[in-house]
Amino acid sequence: MNTLAVPVASAPQPVSPPLTQRFAALADALLPAAAALVITVLLFSAAVALAGFDPLEVWSLIVMGGFGDAFAWQNTLQRAAPLILTGLAVALPAQAGRVIIGAEGALVLGGLAAAALGTVLAAQAPPLVVWPLMALAGMLMGGLWIGIVGWLREKREVNETIASLLMSFIAIALFNQAVETVLRDPASLNKPSTKPLPDAFLLPAMPGLDVHWGLGVGIVVAIIAWAVVKLTPLGLSLRVAGGNPRTALSVGLPVTWLTIGACAAGGACAGLAGAVEVAAVHGAANASLIAGYGYSGILIAFAARFSPAGVVPVAILVGGIAASGSLLQRRLGLPDASVTVLLGFAFVALIGCETLRGRSFFRRG
Amino acid sequence: MSQDHLTLARRRLLAGGALAGASLALPGAMRSALAQTPMTMGVIYVGPRSDFGYNQAQAQAAAAMKKLPGVKVIEEENVPETAAVQKTMEAMINQDNAGLIFATSFGYFDPHMLKMAEKYPKVRFAHCGGMWTEGKHPKNASSYFGYIDECQYLAGVVAGYTSKTKKLGFIAAKPIPQVLRNINAFTMGARSVDPSITTRVIFTGEWSMPVKEAEAASSLIDQGVDVLTCHVDSPKVVVETAEKRGIFSSGYHASQAALAPKGYLTGAEWDWSTPYTAQIKALQSGAPQPNVLRGGLKEGYVKMSAYGPAVGAAAKTKADEIKAAMMKGGFVIFKGPLKDNKGNTVIAAGKGINQFDPELEKMNYLVEGVMGSIPG
Repeated sequence: MNTLAVPVASAPQPVSPPLTQRFAALADALLPAAAALVITVLLFSAAVALAGFDPLEVWSLIVMGGFGDAFAWQNTLQRAAPLILTGLAVALPAQAGRVIIGAEGALVLGGLAAAALGTVLAAQAPPLVVWPLMALAGMLMGGLWIGIVGWLREKREVNETIASLLMSFIAIALFNQAVETVLRDPASLNKPSTKPLPDAFLLPAMPGLDVHWGLGVGIVVAIIAWAVVKLTPLGLSLRVAGGNPRTALSVGLPVTWLTIGACAAGGACAGLAGAVEVAAVHGAANASLIAGYGYSGILIAFAARFSPAGVVPVAILVGGIAASGSLLQRRLGLPDASVTVLLGFAFVALIGCETLRGRSFFRRG
Repeated sequence: MSQDHLTLARRRLLAGGALAGASLALPGAMRSALAQTPMTMGVIYVGPRSDFGYNQAQAQAAAAMKKLPGVKVIEEENVPETAAVQKTMEAMINQDNAGLIFATSFGYFDPHMLKMAEKYPKVRFAHCGGMWTEGKHPKNASSYFGYIDECQYLAGVVAGYTSKTKKLGFIAAKPIPQVLRNINAFTMGARSVDPSITTRVIFTGEWSMPVKEAEAASSLIDQGVDVLTCHVDSPKVVVETAEKRGIFSSGYHASQAALAPKGYLTGAEWDWSTPYTAQIKALQSGAPQPNVLRGGLKEGYVKMSAYGPAVGAAAKTKADEIKAAMMKGGFVIFKGPLKDNKGNTVIAAGKGINQFDPELEKMNYLVEGVMGSIPG
């Protein structure tokens, strides 16, 4: 690995850039986001006004419902919890230049593996032993599933985006088959489920918060992922492999295994999300696990520009919008689709403004 | 067992009383007092309110409740069966001061609603499905459900009279007892008219998968089926496909008559305003929460869609006659001798299983005359 650092060490590094240059860099980083925010506010206000609602009232409800008080924050964080991990499931393979959109499949299989193992182990070991093993089972299962996608890409030249989506459909079919036949709890008549975990084996809420441990796990994994990608030689070689595979190959990087590894790491995050959902929310694996978190992760990773750390605030923003969508429906009778429209505007504006990054428009502005 | 039946009967009586009309029964002074401090009830849907199906049937009842004095209805649609529904319930309680919450999707019950019922003992929760069990579940939680197989049986009778090919089609989501019971009742209704009639079943495996449902509908029509019905969350595409291909359809959950003005025969619909009214009335009068509200046609939990133009006089007469017997009480759908479609006797001759018997909720067979098998 040490040899990997050589080409980078030789790159010229400015020792301490002048203050103006730093300011310009900061503005360059923040301006697109600010512009996207303004565009989103304008577009959504117009849409709301066209539908006959007062934009000011709608915006104040959005802020209140998502971030207005302690309850709103817990609501937001709870909804964000699974999205951090599924965002990472897309962001990590993206470091290697791979676009994975099938995290949903890895999530449900991870949840299934965790539920199957958990119910067996619950009779033999205390929760503090069972939980890590369930997490491990979920990660291995999810990692294996998306790892296969990476392998197909590297060894068989199958497009990973399509493959991951199709594999996700297969995963969901396998999941349903298992839950409805071999792993079905005979007592689950009208809602086929695996056997439930005993109550003592349900993950409690985080101390002082009414939010389950999925949030803490997600943030810790995001920080680890960020540190590995940004601070370690492994992360550097991964980014080189993703940014310019030819260069990476020419300096002797194992591009194939870096890519498969990044895919597997992403899958492991999704599988972990499934395990947490089972241990903290459902207590069993059943069709309720197929809730679309894996697909939300795609948007979150894109909006976070595939930064493993950036996934956290974006997931919280999306969680907040979901929480405020709930309030909008109840207070104004707006349809659920209204926050989907808001999210749509936000993501299109954000991605649109990203393309302007570094252009003279922002520099001079 | 007999005690159970007694409590059940008392509860049904309670529900029946509520039917008399909560608003009209209230004295004027009480009504104005209520108007000053309206009670807030929340309704949570798993899909869109306008799905022409499961969710719409619930939303229709919620809309009817908005007309009651002193009742404020708040709603939220597309709420998944995850931690999100727990937060939605909490938000209704904390942000809107809801005192009664209708969790309308089957998957909301365990663990979501149970957890919230324990956390908020002063708030009443009602769940659509037959899950609440005395001694096991909190007192501020409850179940409401209807014996809709009665309507499916009647729809089967109408289909039996209308079909010329003697082949009926049924598009089903999952092979769970509730769905099997509907398929069986529909088939038995049709075969009570003509024992040569068969029902072809396709399971899509999902509650809402419009593409598969449309494909299944086309495939069944290609096989010669001329009356189509279903048990999926939204019968919209099934009924539309039938109409487009020029065959008859029978609805489910809510009325889909508007989607098939020519071929819509009738349909099995929920009437959730009955349990909704019973819960509201109990809360407003300070009575304990009714924990189990169940009933069929007689109790007003289910109803039939109005007959479409294609239904003949003989079909109407026969269906109305059976309906009258059901309304009187004591009509038994599942009675022996009854064979499944593999030739095994599932109910012995001379034995009948009452609608309220929990045994029917474990149904795991398809009756004679159903062409198809339970997957898995």
